[in-house]
Amino acid sequence: MDPQALLTCFSTASCVITQTTGGLISGMLLFLVAAGLSLIFGTLKVVNFMHGSLYMLGAYFAYSLYTATGSFTIAVIGAALGVGLFGLIFERLFMSRVYNTDVLMQLLVCYGFILILDDAVKIIWGAEFLSMGMPAAFQRPPIMLAGGVLPVYYLFLIGITLGVALLLGVLLTRTRAGKIVRAAAVNPTMTSALGINTALVFGGVFALGGLLAGLSGALAAPVRSMVAGMGFSILIESFIVTVIGGMGSIGGALVGALLIGLVRSFGTIGFPLFTEGVMFLFMTLVLITKPSGLFGKEQ
Amino acid sequence: MTEPQRTGANRRGFIKAAGALTATGLAFPYISRAQDKPIRVGVPTILSGRVAQLGISSRNALQVEADKFNAAGGLNGRKIELITRDSKGKPDEAANNTRQLINGDGCEIIISAESSAGAFAVQEVIRELKVLCIHTNSETSSLSADPKIRVPTAFRTARQGIHDAIVSAAYAGNVAKAKGLKTWMTCSPDYAYGRDNTSLFLEYMKRFHPEIEVVGEAWPKLFQADYTENITKILQSKPQALYSALWAGDLVSFLDQSGIYNLFSQTTLFAINMADYTTLTAVKNLPAGIHSSSRYLKTFPAVPENAAWGDAYKAKFGDYPTNWSWENALAMSFLTTALKKVNSTDGAKLADAIRGMKVKSPFGADGTVTMRAEDQTTIGYAIGWGTTIPKEPWVPTVTPGDWKSILEHEAEWKKKMGFA
Repeated sequence: MDPQALLTCFSTASCVITQTTGGLISGMLLFLVAAGLSLIFGTLKVVNFMHGSLYMLGAYFAYSLYTATGSFTIAVIGAALGVGLFGLIFERLFMSRVYNTDVLMQLLVCYGFILILDDAVKIIWGAEFLSMGMPAAFQRPPIMLAGGVLPVYYLFLIGITLGVALLLGVLLTRTRAGKIVRAAAVNPTMTSALGINTALVFGGVFALGGLLAGLSGALAAPVRSMVAGMGFSILIESFIVTVIGGMGSIGGALVGALLIGLVRSFGTIGFPLFTEGVMFLFMTLVLITKPSGLFGKEQ
Repeated sequence: MTEPQRTGANRRGFIKAAGALTATGLAFPYISRAQDKPIRVGVPTILSGRVAQLGISSRNALQVEADKFNAAGGLNGRKIELITRDSKGKPDEAANNTRQLINGDGCEIIISAESSAGAFAVQEVIRELKVLCIHTNSETSSLSADPKIRVPTAFRTARQGIHDAIVSAAYAGNVAKAKGLKTWMTCSPDYAYGRDNTSLFLEYMKRFHPEIEVVGEAWPKLFQADYTENITKILQSKPQALYSALWAGDLVSFLDQSGIYNLFSQTTLFAINMADYTTLTAVKNLPAGIHSSSRYLKTFPAVPENAAWGDAYKAKFGDYPTNWSWENALAMSFLTTALKKVNSTDGAKLADAIRGMKVKSPFGADGTVTMRAEDQTTIGYAIGWGTTIPKEPWVPTVTPGDWKSILEHEAEWKKKMGFA
């Protein structure tokens, strides 16, 4: 515990700016994964335990596309769409068969695919870790603001993620497709009786969740080394985010992810040996005071 | 019309061959059985997960050396057969696999290519089953230094943490004096290896260069994906130098993420695990001037045998060897020399032969490596530090560690720890 260091940090603009942007960037990538997880749970009522593997696939797809084309734009868009398509196929062929079964069966299917995808990654890309490297457009010195350090790539990342969060919000609340998704989430039988193809809705939602995870993986690829199994740690953090924000709430996922990012960023200065502990304490506190999460609906 | 003739000839030939084989087997059963029976060497290691490269590059190196031994006739015709088991990095599985390799698969020798966590578990199985065991990847000093943990038939060919700490601090202390690096910070993985390595480094650093001041520590989790909070903390502390025991993919991520903060324009990095080909080649924009220990470099020791070994490995497997590769190749060198010397696979006899043995090796500081009798661990292997450049040979000049100094400080450390 070093509260003095934390106070000193809060009293200097450079520290506040650097740590806040650091926290935001950690939170933003986490949000993309957690948003997909939350969206799938909110609509399909299944916990997609292999969501971290979709993040991993996004990173590897981006690596291959970037290596093949040299274009980071193609790599990111292609990886996100590729994982979205994979999510659709996975949902139609496998997950759709276990919607009404015990949660253990769903867990088993997901865990099986975690192992299969990890091994597939090792066969295709090798067991050794890979690094994509920073695209040339972002290889420039960080921006200095009041003594704080703002990396250009991270500013781009924050912008992209905020844009995605906005689009998701508009999609779910202001469009007909969003209303159908919300209707299918509340009462799929009634939605189906109204002539809406709920199987298509569920497949689409799973694909969208996969796309978000793939996008997160692709955006992380320039700064995080890739290795089979890399999705596990982000899955755990995504669960913490969705528990804090509320399962099924996209807004909750955004707030939860940013909170986690900031807690880790400032916690490493004030509680360097207890940063993870602070994160879990925070989650416990939310669970005790509001078991459905900050933005979750009471059951 | 020719078809039946061929069939008849084949049948006759087959009967003759079968008869001859049966006769040979009946006449020389013991010779035949003894020559056919391979020497089974069990290799518990990690072949899956984020550290899979440890097991893969260990197994590759062992296979290269076993093939050489077998091609040269083996032990009176008996060839080495490697049987590998994946512990997935779990100590309990490492112990179970070792037991199964010995009792189930009939392995007479164990080469424990486990990380430290697994190696300690394997050690306890060896204590009970008393076969020969060589630990090849565990660098934790106490495995061989602590008499309570030591086992008569267990040896280690991995580099040792205390040796690394002494050499690292001596080198870093010299650089610190020359460049006036007084404020230091550390950033190492938060588990046993990272903690032990870093505290030992700081202990010797303060001894060799008492002027330094440690202004902060960062302890990211093992396999952490995002180091942003650690990097921003380092930026706030503004150290002149940073010591890190991060390794493999974690070190690559840390460097990639540090790069976009321009961290190394203000701080000199001493990364003990940088100079391994898999890490050097994985970083896309490797900053010049990173100080690193020599994990494995085909240019250090700068002898033709080492370069040839590295090139041959790359030709066979497509990648250069890792630090784990040379440690395993060295184990096989001790093992095959001992096998030929005692003409037996008996654990106690082999252990007697290996204890105090000196072998010629491309990985030796002076062309040889010795298995020190008193604690059954290797000394005299090539160890040094240098600075990186972003292309081959990656670390053009390596300053070798002084083994006389290493052994003196190690002896003091052992006394302090109650090991001697």
